[in-house]
Amino acid sequence: MAARRRATDGVSASLEQLLAANEVVVTCGSGGVGKTTTAAALAAMAAAHLGGRVLVLTVDPARRLANALGLEQFGNVEREVPAAAFTEVGIKPRGRLFAAMLDTKASWDDLVRLHAPDEATRDAILANPLYQNITGKFVQSHDYIAMERLYEIHSSGRYDLIVVDTPPTRNAIDFLEAPDRMADFFGSRLLRWLTAPARSRVLNFASKPFYTIADRILGSQFLEDIGEFFLLFQTMYDGFVERSQAVSRLLGDHGTTFVVVSTLEPAPAQEAEFFIEALTERKLHLGALVLNKVLPADLFSSAAAKVADRLCQDPAPIAAAAADRVEDTEQVARVLKEVAESFLNYRLVASREAEEAARLGTPAEVVATVPYLADDIHDLAGLLVIGDHLW
Amino acid sequence: MTAAPVDLLDRKLVFVTGKGGVGKSTVASALALVAARRGQKTLVCEFDAKGNLADFFSAAPTAWEPSEVQPGLFAMSMDTEESLKEYLRLQVKIPLVARIGPLARSLDFVANAAPGVKEILTVGKVVWETKEKHYDLVVVDASATGHVVAQLSAPQAIGELVKVGLVRDQTAWLSEILDDAATTGAVIVAAPEEMPVNETLELAERIRTETRVDLAATIVNRVLPELFSRDEEEVFEALREPDTVVALEVAAAGPVAPILDAAELAVTLRRTRSVHLDRLREGLRGVPMLYAPELFTRSHGIRATSQLADALTAELGY
Repeated sequence: MAARRRATDGVSASLEQLLAANEVVVTCGSGGVGKTTTAAALAAMAAAHLGGRVLVLTVDPARRLANALGLEQFGNVEREVPAAAFTEVGIKPRGRLFAAMLDTKASWDDLVRLHAPDEATRDAILANPLYQNITGKFVQSHDYIAMERLYEIHSSGRYDLIVVDTPPTRNAIDFLEAPDRMADFFGSRLLRWLTAPARSRVLNFASKPFYTIADRILGSQFLEDIGEFFLLFQTMYDGFVERSQAVSRLLGDHGTTFVVVSTLEPAPAQEAEFFIEALTERKLHLGALVLNKVLPADLFSSAAAKVADRLCQDPAPIAAAAADRVEDTEQVARVLKEVAESFLNYRLVASREAEEAARLGTPAEVVATVPYLADDIHDLAGLLVIGDHLW
Repeated sequence: MTAAPVDLLDRKLVFVTGKGGVGKSTVASALALVAARRGQKTLVCEFDAKGNLADFFSAAPTAWEPSEVQPGLFAMSMDTEESLKEYLRLQVKIPLVARIGPLARSLDFVANAAPGVKEILTVGKVVWETKEKHYDLVVVDASATGHVVAQLSAPQAIGELVKVGLVRDQTAWLSEILDDAATTGAVIVAAPEEMPVNETLELAERIRTETRVDLAATIVNRVLPELFSRDEEEVFEALREPDTVVALEVAAAGPVAPILDAAELAVTLRRTRSVHLDRLREGLRGVPMLYAPELFTRSHGIRATSQLADALTAELGY
């Protein structure tokens, strides 16, 4: 019932509905908030309970997801998480779960193979030192290729749901803008200058100062390298521009939604706020806000805080009550005092968190809270525990 | 516990990096504060212009132009377009300078597209400040895991690609400063949790193999205090028995269970973290390690930074 409501007025009441109603879910947020784990947990839950083919794609340069999914290594090729992993934890999955991690270099190579007009151009590009540097070492290219890969997988129609994990927020913004930037670049005057034949450079009034300075700074040989590289790349422009526009459309598409993940520490919460604004500005769909690692609500009990205060000041009278279990009441008193101090410490942290939560408010249709789980998540069972809190 | 430290702050240029969320900026700010208190004229520079470096000093937002946020401590934010303009002003003398305005935008575009240019503009600025000895120490709140390697190795990458020209000439002095362990060091901030430890080990390896910058130290942030001794832990377990809890609650005339539960969480957290801490120590033998405690304080801004600076001062043995 509620799930159908979304189709009419765009409101989901739970992450279950959100995932059932979308084809692409992009998780974003600051580093260290459990974004990757959340993405994996969402995908695992969708595979287990919604059915279909579900892929979790991590685009983070650091390789985190493998740990969380218990896959020792997985690369650009999507690998299935064996159904046995589900049945081991007592779940008969309705669908299938796949995982892939972005390999920037391999993805660029695929892209060149796809767009190059002929074999000679393809080989020349793949062998160009500039190309190898762009694809291998530098961060900028990562953002574009991540979106490109998402598009490629999505349009293959191989999956019912793709959950994408992104780099930490500031980069995630880059990554939203990457397709547009790529399209801009291929259409730019600068690129025409870079690829212009040497003779016309001297004659072109508009570009002359550019060359004079660029030559002095970068050296003409490097400029020529760049020029040659982009000349080769030019053969693929149309394909690229078209693709980047399609990628942009996919992000704004009806079936795409964003899930912002944050803890309630001040810095990540601030970044979450920033990201929510950025999504709104771009008219992208903010489906859910996930508050992760939230301390237990018991810490707010003011009756408990009163007891803790008394234990800090004078634990002896209360400690005496445990005399028939532990003989050394002095030791009991000491332990109770320490325990009470620790309670008040954590209560302080919890109050600050509550303040952050209030500041974030409810910017999304769904706000889910996941408690602080003492154990690390390193297997499917752990992911599903988190998933249960999200669902 | 601490391996013989660490002439960390006696260097001239310190890059502070680490996985997002471990407190990289807090630690960078605190280190800079420690140095300034020692009387070093210090610059702290934020690479990812998030604009929240100022928060750690309760100061107005930082910009390209450094501002004095504490006595002897200056703060700035990286801006590659400004860096390019400054570079052109310093290196490409007039009469071309008049045309820099619109050109800077085009070149900024090249910087975005051509490999290594943005990275070199970012790193180049702080190395320049070091070279010109404008400060006794430059502390960089550098990019997070992964990106920092591209930045620190930018001179080599540019060196491979660009054979002549001003940029090429620049890479020589950049490398000279970056490669010198007495001058430059990298610090990885870690938290004693599974993923941050994994990434710290991975990053340490990449800094060793892909850059020539010396890994000067690891700072483990948010180390939890030990709540109990072993004996006390037994007592604690006994107190958690249901009938004892009831007895305590009667005596206290209020809830005791939530207090014990919270302590259980604290104990479990610490236990989980110590496993990762051991793993980190094991994986980074020979790299000096400093410990910064989890601060259960109500403080924000400069007060919190100052408390962390106190802890680091003690760890550094000043």
